[in-house]
Amino acid sequence: MLAQDFIRLALIAGTPIAVAGGALGYFTVLRSQVFAGETLSHVAFTGALAAAAIGIDLRFGLFAATIVAALLLAALGEKAMSNDVAIGTLLAWVLGLGALFLDLFNRSANGGNGAIAARTLFGSIFGLSTSDAELAAIIGGAVVVVLALIARPLLYATIDPKVAAASGLPIAALSAGFLALVAVDAALTTQAIGALLMLGLIAIPAGAAHRLTANAYLALALSSLFALASLWLGVILAYEIPSIPPSTAIIAVAATIYVYAFVAPRRKHTISADDGSGVGITQLG
Amino acid sequence: MLAPEDEETEASSSTAQPAIELRGVTVARAGRPVWRGANVTIEQGEFVAVLGPNGSGKSTLLDLLLGLLDPAEGSVSVLGGSPGRGEQIGYLPQRHAFDQTTRIRGVDIVRLGLDGTRFGLPLPWQNAHRKKVDGAIDVVGASAYARRPIGECSGGEQQRLLIARTLIGSPKLLLLDEPLDSLDLPNQSSVSALVDRIRRERHMTVLLVAHDVNPLLPYLDRVIYIAGGRVLAGRPEEVITSETLSDLYDSPIEVLHTSDGRLVVVGLPEAPAHHHDRHAHP
Amino acid sequence: MNPALPWNLVKDVQQLFVYPFMVNAIEAGTTVALMAAVTGWFVVLRRQTFAAHSLSAMSFPGASGAALAGAPLPVGYFLACVIAAGAIATGSRTGNRRNPSQQSAVIGAVQVVGFALGFLFLSLYGGVLENLESLLFGSFLGITTGQVRELLGVAFGTLVFFAIAGRPLLTVSLDEVDARARGAPVRMLEIAFLLVLGLAVAATAQITGVLLVFALLVAPAAAAREFTARIGVGIALSVVIGLLVTWVGLGLSYYTNYSVGFFVTSLAFGVYLVSRASHVLAHRREALGRFEAVRAAVS
Repeated sequence: MLAQDFIRLALIAGTPIAVAGGALGYFTVLRSQVFAGETLSHVAFTGALAAAAIGIDLRFGLFAATIVAALLLAALGEKAMSNDVAIGTLLAWVLGLGALFLDLFNRSANGGNGAIAARTLFGSIFGLSTSDAELAAIIGGAVVVVLALIARPLLYATIDPKVAAASGLPIAALSAGFLALVAVDAALTTQAIGALLMLGLIAIPAGAAHRLTANAYLALALSSLFALASLWLGVILAYEIPSIPPSTAIIAVAATIYVYAFVAPRRKHTISADDGSGVGITQLG
Repeated sequence: MLAPEDEETEASSSTAQPAIELRGVTVARAGRPVWRGANVTIEQGEFVAVLGPNGSGKSTLLDLLLGLLDPAEGSVSVLGGSPGRGEQIGYLPQRHAFDQTTRIRGVDIVRLGLDGTRFGLPLPWQNAHRKKVDGAIDVVGASAYARRPIGECSGGEQQRLLIARTLIGSPKLLLLDEPLDSLDLPNQSSVSALVDRIRRERHMTVLLVAHDVNPLLPYLDRVIYIAGGRVLAGRPEEVITSETLSDLYDSPIEVLHTSDGRLVVVGLPEAPAHHHDRHAHP
Repeated sequence: MNPALPWNLVKDVQQLFVYPFMVNAIEAGTTVALMAAVTGWFVVLRRQTFAAHSLSAMSFPGASGAALAGAPLPVGYFLACVIAAGAIATGSRTGNRRNPSQQSAVIGAVQVVGFALGFLFLSLYGGVLENLESLLFGSFLGITTGQVRELLGVAFGTLVFFAIAGRPLLTVSLDEVDARARGAPVRMLEIAFLLVLGLAVAATAQITGVLLVFALLVAPAAAAREFTARIGVGIALSVVIGLLVTWVGLGLSYYTNYSVGFFVTSLAFGVYLVSRASHVLAHRREALGRFEAVRAAVS
């Protein structure tokens, strides 16, 4: 299998993306910022299609859109993001805009056979050229390195923001930087498994890890591990059964791990699951 | 003990029979007893506060009176009959405040107190309802803001509107579960005064669950204190004393009287979730 | 069939009704908009947009699965959404509304699995290139009269549901404890509503595409609620907005030949923005008025 170029390239590009995605995903779930991932996935699609419609490299639009969106999210802060009706309507519009760009592109000189929608939404990890794969690997590797450097302060800032700020950590910069990293990884992941399935490498393995352990560093490692396993096993699966698209195979593995995490016997946590605002209407007694 | 056991008059003139009567009642949740051996009689027209630490079973008492829970032992009668939600009981459950996203007008919420659970389309020509709704809103003094979205009203205003909703069926018995909880002190006082005024005007019996007895003290006829798996009922000055509470909690409690007439209870243990665990008395 | 857009509005509208497929599209769109607007009013009230999200994601594998199985697409839409609604209903008692972070992780997972599955079915069916766009972003080209009849039937059913159960559902949504104490069948109403929501999502997805359901299901109702807090007026306004957005969207898409999804979402989003802006302005005016009153009283 590894003799095949497209497999090798898929794994070369995919590995750092998955490792980064899993780790970033851990923080995303921890920081209750999964919605940000959703936002970025929508924006990624529209950005890519906008670039295509204009006639420039898709990746340009992809990265530009996600990074700008991430910085906007960071600037707007938590409050703006809590209105899910507003966000949902906005995101639907973003997708609608993407549909327009899709139309424009399809009608333009470069308008192809309609494969671009499938590629952007569901990825093309088996269709990477050598330079594509190398670029993705380098950027992905850089994300991993940066994340490794800021992981500990980010954890600190997430769990205990006030104390962290008091001890001199630049909370706002960390938050913004984190979201920017997510944006870059989102763009990379979109190329691999598509905008619609992006959360499959970012949030799902992390969700599974969160269910299995409350130990932060262990969960972080597990997230990356699960994401990596999803990638590799997914690629193998898609290779063995060619009628399964690779992105679907990867999601299938990730979902299986996730389900296992929910079904497996839970270890007792010292911090029990929060049940909300504490308004006990029927009080135990 | 302190529960004055009035004799039950067999003469069933509704003015003479007690509003609430518990005899030897034990309630349990999930198989474990919450409190036992409660003997309580509340006369019609009384204003009663239900006090006790978190988790002691105050809301359980309300559930019992509403017929949402059956007693494990003993008998309960409400307004001369068995417990059960009827038109005669107005219930205001504990709830968090409506937030900004609840864009429904207060007046509509009050109106729903009248016919909210009925199936079918509301018919636009039911003017009798309109009068009742406006009347209830008037009584609680909420006319100025009843037509605003309730999420934009303050805590005190929301509480008044909810009380109007509870009143709209002209109940004889009002059960209020921690209505003062999230209000600031001035609102606690004014809502307490409001409840008392309505009670007297309409000859209602009121059972109000509270954390702090002080806003209610000027109006209370009786206190029901639930703690340590036991239920005590009596006049405030009988129940809220150092001796009584120390006995109830099985640990030293002091009740202090401030110069302006407030009661301060000192020495309460941190409220554990399950009182019946530490309860040794039968 | 790319007619230029003359400025005679009456003629333009008449032109829309010339072709049967367009008539079908308008009828279907009207029906769906009506149903979505009423259902959406309750979705926004009950803050269950998360459920709408998950359900719309499930309609994709439903439709493509139906294509794969050789069944008519609407069957796939409705079946998938109703089954998914049932799953949410049974699972949703575990404080789903109170833990937003976990909730959004689960929704994210469900959506992703739904999309992946749908893509798989479509790939197996071999119809990715032709069908992906219309499934995801909507299309009004292929709506049959049979489909129109089905949508009418489903819409009628949901409207009957709201006519009968809307009031107790409203009471339950506002104060569940109070409603239960007053004897309302809380659980039954919640489950029934989720099933109706499934139907509404499935119907809407057939017009707007799987990804853009929000534009007809949530946006009109959300906008209406910004304009008014009254109940009857709010629902009616939601319907009016939904219908306008649909009609104008269809018309523009017909004449410009661009994606109907784009127009519908843009119009919906635009109306929503206007509603939010008007609300803010109304607040400022009111606050200013009160400020003036205080100032007058003090001086």
